[in-house]
Amino acid sequence: MKTLKSLGYFVGLPIVLIAAWWAATQGGGSFYVPDPDQLVTAFRTVWLGDGFTQDALPSIARLLVGLALSIVLGVGLGIAIGSIDWVRWLLSPLLEFLRAVPSTIMIPVLLLLIGINDAMKVTVIVLGCLWPILLNTIKGVASIDEVQSDTGRVYGLTGIDRMRYLVLPAASPQIFAGIRQSLAVGLVLMVVSEMFAATEGIGYAIINFQNRIDIPEMWSGIVLLGLLGVALSVLFQIVQGRVLGWYEGLKESAND
Amino acid sequence: MTDHQDVRLRVDKVKKVYSRDGKEFEAVKSLTFDLHQGEFACLVGPSGSGKTTLLKCIAGLMAPTSGAVVLDGRPVNGPARGMAVVFQEYGRSLYPWMTVAANIELPLKIAKLSKAERRARVDEALHSVGLEQARNSYPWQLSGGMQQRVAIARAVATHPSVLLMDEPFAAVDAQTRADLEDLVRSVWKRHNMTILFVTHDIEESVYLGERVLVLSSSPTVIQDDVKIDLPDERGQLGTRSLTRFSELRAHVYGQVQIAKTNKTGMVTSRQAAVL
Repeated sequence: MKTLKSLGYFVGLPIVLIAAWWAATQGGGSFYVPDPDQLVTAFRTVWLGDGFTQDALPSIARLLVGLALSIVLGVGLGIAIGSIDWVRWLLSPLLEFLRAVPSTIMIPVLLLLIGINDAMKVTVIVLGCLWPILLNTIKGVASIDEVQSDTGRVYGLTGIDRMRYLVLPAASPQIFAGIRQSLAVGLVLMVVSEMFAATEGIGYAIINFQNRIDIPEMWSGIVLLGLLGVALSVLFQIVQGRVLGWYEGLKESAND
Repeated sequence: MTDHQDVRLRVDKVKKVYSRDGKEFEAVKSLTFDLHQGEFACLVGPSGSGKTTLLKCIAGLMAPTSGAVVLDGRPVNGPARGMAVVFQEYGRSLYPWMTVAANIELPLKIAKLSKAERRARVDEALHSVGLEQARNSYPWQLSGGMQQRVAIARAVATHPSVLLMDEPFAAVDAQTRADLEDLVRSVWKRHNMTILFVTHDIEESVYLGERVLVLSSSPTVIQDDVKIDLPDERGQLGTRSLTRFSELRAHVYGQVQIAKTNKTGMVTSRQAAVL
């Protein structure tokens, strides 16, 4: 019953909006706005056919590789930087500067440096996704509770064990907050990196349909991006629920 | 008691000076005492008598400016195996991402004990504090008193040479506190432990300890070393209504008052001999 109710909230408004859209486009809408039927047909032919392997899969693969690299780099560097005060103080202004540079502006530079290939696109994604994860991890690691830390020292928790049993779990709420931010950033960068000098990818396909005035097909790409975003978010929440179940419980018990 | 062999913990002329903004502040002047196997000693002192500083020095969490702490004949230069600590802030000392059993097991894992040994010790420790049914709960699902019992179980499971307790019951309500006091006495007896219990509560120190060390205010020295000659079996009602309990409490209270008013730290004749 509870899951049914939350499912209702999840799909309720989209259903209403689709119905409204359907009603508005009956009796010949705008040329630029397809009706739901046209869109579904376009979506099927484009994305459930060759488009899936040719454009969607490479995009998703680059996004996932980019996110994975960002998480590994961000958490790894974040722990190293966050653990040593002077390193953190030394690097923080620089990191804030680098974070503030929009990574899309690096695309022309990376085109020159790396060339037109997957590595360049993944690099763009990493350059955008790294910062929220890195900065959040640093903050999480640096703000580990003193008593938790003292307890660890008393019981001989050092080195790798300390990372595994204390530092990573203690910083995990902040790490997850960082990953959450970088998911949205990553999706944007995935598309944008495919709009310049690309030969495949969802972003490339959308631009291509627009040039050819294939309006329903163009819209179907945008819908795919939306669905991809939702899927990522749902997946993220499932993982977060597993890993951070204790944190939710702790917060609730603190509110009692 | 003078036998050299059974000295567990030796605190030898420990001094701690902080420097803040170029100014030096002498928190602990010079402390010397021995703790013998099986002893339950309470350190009591007015607030600001450097109790926590001293405890951190003994635990190896803080280096003394001079002097030495020796555990089982080995100098303490950092957290030492064989020393367990129960902190006042149980909520922050237990790891909220681990279950009760995992919290207790963690120090044993670090000490590389076998799985069977770890399991046996966790079971035994949970039994000692009466929390068998909470083994798979998370700390934050338990009441404050139960959380502190988990922290005690974690310390007990390491089979420490010396157990240090830093005002462990200061943050729980009176009824829970009385229960926990009796629990610590029973755990102490059951495991034949050596305990150094820091508190600001005079009654608690007399009720729990076999010996009460009264600290002066900063710069701290030992104001008095009181032997608590109460019967071994103690109970909240019986023990606290004994005449001897009142006498000892009055004596310790008097010493704490002197410690508070005499900023330089009066040195008793007994202490002078040690210094």
